[in-house]
Amino acid sequence: MLNRYPLWKYLLILVVLVVGLIYSLPNLFPEDPAIQISSAQGDSLDEQQIERVEAALSENDIEVKAFEEENGQWLIRLRHDDDQLPARDIAADLLGDEATVALNLAEATPEWLQAFSASPMTLGLDLRGGVHFLLEVDMDAALTQRLEVNGSAMRELLRGERIRYRNTEVEERSLSIDFASSEDRDTARSLISRDFPEFEYSSEGDGRASTLVMTLSDQSVSEIQDYAINQNLTTLRNRVNELGVAEPMVQRQGPNQIVVELPGIQDTVAAKRIVGATANLEFRLEARPDTPENETETLTFRNEPARTAELMRDVIITGDSVSSASNSFDENGRPQVNIDLDGTGGTLMNRATRTNIGRNMAVLFIEHKSEDTVVTDPETGEETIEREPYVERGLISLATIQSALGNSFRITGLDSPTEAAELALLLRSGSLAAPIYFVQERTIGPSLGAENIERGLLSVQIGLLLVVLFMLVRYKVFGVFANIALALNLTLLVAVMSMLGATLTLPGIAGIVLTLGMAVDANVLIFERIREELRNGMSVQQAIQAGYERAFTSIVDANITTLLVAVILFSIGSGPVKGFAVTLSIGILTSLFTALMVTRAMVNLFYGSKPVKKLWI
Amino acid sequence: MKPLSHLQIDFMGRRNIAFVVSALLLVVSIGAILFQQLNLGLDFTGGTLVEVRYGAAPSLDAIRVLLEESGFQDVSVQTFGASTEVLIRLQQAFDADVGAEVVNLLRSSGDSVDLVRSEFVGSQVGDQLRDQSGLGLLVALGVVMLYVAFRFQYKFAIGALLALLHDVIIVVGIFALFQLDFDLTVLAAILAVIGYSLNDTIVVYDRVREAIRTSRIDDMPQIFNEAINATLSRTLATSGTTILVLLALLLLGGDMIENFAIALLVGIVVGTFSSIYIAAALLLPLKLSREDLIPTKKELDEEEEELP
Repeated sequence: MLNRYPLWKYLLILVVLVVGLIYSLPNLFPEDPAIQISSAQGDSLDEQQIERVEAALSENDIEVKAFEEENGQWLIRLRHDDDQLPARDIAADLLGDEATVALNLAEATPEWLQAFSASPMTLGLDLRGGVHFLLEVDMDAALTQRLEVNGSAMRELLRGERIRYRNTEVEERSLSIDFASSEDRDTARSLISRDFPEFEYSSEGDGRASTLVMTLSDQSVSEIQDYAINQNLTTLRNRVNELGVAEPMVQRQGPNQIVVELPGIQDTVAAKRIVGATANLEFRLEARPDTPENETETLTFRNEPARTAELMRDVIITGDSVSSASNSFDENGRPQVNIDLDGTGGTLMNRATRTNIGRNMAVLFIEHKSEDTVVTDPETGEETIEREPYVERGLISLATIQSALGNSFRITGLDSPTEAAELALLLRSGSLAAPIYFVQERTIGPSLGAENIERGLLSVQIGLLLVVLFMLVRYKVFGVFANIALALNLTLLVAVMSMLGATLTLPGIAGIVLTLGMAVDANVLIFERIREELRNGMSVQQAIQAGYERAFTSIVDANITTLLVAVILFSIGSGPVKGFAVTLSIGILTSLFTALMVTRAMVNLFYGSKPVKKLWI
Repeated sequence: MKPLSHLQIDFMGRRNIAFVVSALLLVVSIGAILFQQLNLGLDFTGGTLVEVRYGAAPSLDAIRVLLEESGFQDVSVQTFGASTEVLIRLQQAFDADVGAEVVNLLRSSGDSVDLVRSEFVGSQVGDQLRDQSGLGLLVALGVVMLYVAFRFQYKFAIGALLALLHDVIIVVGIFALFQLDFDLTVLAAILAVIGYSLNDTIVVYDRVREAIRTSRIDDMPQIFNEAINATLSRTLATSGTTILVLLALLLLGGDMIENFAIALLVGIVVGTFSSIYIAAALLLPLKLSREDLIPTKKELDEEEEELP
């Protein structure tokens, strides 16, 4: 009896090996700390300026790896992370107003690897630092938004009870509704106060000028603000860490600020767009010609400012009811976003569309933005930045309701695939409960000391070495097979993590090495079984066959159970727990592949096709 | 290394001693969790953030050492924007004086230091993490029980579940008892312990099932002993390699991964122990008999043939 593999299995292993190598290789070329110098006037810098910088850097014992020029911009790659900030300060002092000096992490992956869009894993905040954003939550807007929502619900309540009202108005922290008579107002007051206990009520005026004024109590104001901060924290966490492997830091600071730190970000513009985006959607019906004017609103289209539509003021649902969203293309290749609603949202949507077939429904895109203007105090000459928040609202589609809509549907009318992808991400991660503004943006150094990082890295290397030695001593030739499989396992693990855009932190590295320590389990099970079968008197080839076969159920059962845990933790958990589940699942799959197929292939190649008397195991 | 095959340790004969040991550990752990509570780290509690400006670029390591020697816990020190600006995070309930206190301390080394701001910072993980992950874990345990009940038998599922709970409670209990810093890396370690413990339990179960089916005797403790002895060399090799890695991390790795390594070391020792004495030994009081496994035997054999 001989042990042979069909050719396709060898080819499969080879293909996986090559792909794994391509995508894990970039990690051998870590990004260089660099400073980027560009001319302040937009023209190119002259060589002499760069030479002065070069001289100044070497004077300060800063080792430079390379000078590169591209499109008139200079990139100075440095040898050491620690030198990045001093080098930036030196260059900025030297060049003054002539040039802008910025920090950068320069990609060092060779071009042929970049062609496969392979890139290295980002180093975490603990190892390399990143960029630090300080955001301020607009608490006034949080209150206004809550009041608008309450106002809408009150109008609905009044209509249901056939009480006539005129205007609703929202002020700082109060809401007022006008009525045509004091009787109407009094009935409305008792009706509304039953459902909305968080308000303090007062009646003003009488007769045709009757008004009901509802003011939020201090306690409910602080509750709303706390809710807004916490909701924003959750949403930001979801946005910057969808898969749980990005290792950002999102925490509350002080009463109304949020800190977001992202590791290894180079493109802060793109990061800011995602972090600060306050886009949301609203679904509304188009107004009928006979709808009273105080219930309608005229809005313009985002893409064609000249085109307008008259919409109902009442909102069917907002983006908050979206449970999942993904972007794709429609039949004509235009970008679209597929939306799934949660239970309540689905019911509301169904109710609204069922009774309105034939009418038009609009999708409204809402974005909170702000404009900063520098104001100079005429007396002191002090400059302060005044922020003027404004809301941008535009229709992205207006389509006829063909049939009752349910929990899932799609929207079109978006500008580009990028816009569709960003909108889908924003809808998935939830909307911000209140708009946020960037207050500060800084780079931040690694949170671990150099010595700690060195010790950590040394310990994982030694740990890995011990595993390799242990396998060699215990299983001899088979130990060599297991170690080769282990190396491939590490390669595949790193490749997949890089493809997912994972961030590498020190505990993460320790976790990978631990995974490898545990991954030898499958091989240990097989090798022990082969030894056992040899002792029971089986021939060499039979023992190999039996060893792999009998250990198989144990290995598969054990790994499937663990994989089940990982998959469930991924689908329900959040943040770091989710990230752990991703890493664990990848580790299980790669180690199953390498321990079962790769070692078997090596054993078959080495021993499989010839008579063997004794195994070095 | 000599083969362990000739060894026949009477594991099941000592199961009552093991039950007592487990019960004691559990009582101590639960007591520690309830009365001493976990010493949660900066990730969970939040603390104070202090930003300071130096006259000249300082040594960050010196700042770290200085703060830690003065009794501040969980200190993180980073450059902030420029090499002279330093951001310090402390696990210290925020009050208005912390900033001044830190600055005074830093000035004691003779540097010129200015306070830029000091502020309260919230936890890095929200309630969402706690609630959802707790729910996730419960669902995961439920599904694992179903899977084990389906592949083996429901008595095995009960044993596996109890073994898992046993391991997690003891690891968390030790962190509470010795007031070790419980942060996000320790949470990850506990999830890894769950994975490891399950893996180990299933391997032992697989061998127990095989031994029950092939054995000609009816003495369950004897069958269990044979099965566990057969997996012994594997268990020692796997936990051996893992423990080697962990010892390297613990002894050489420094503060950041120290607690991670402790959680896993404890977890792997109790996980290995519980696979034998909780997961397997509990099958005896649950009155596992050969008949429990025979009705499913045919179905399982068919599946095994399809799988490879």
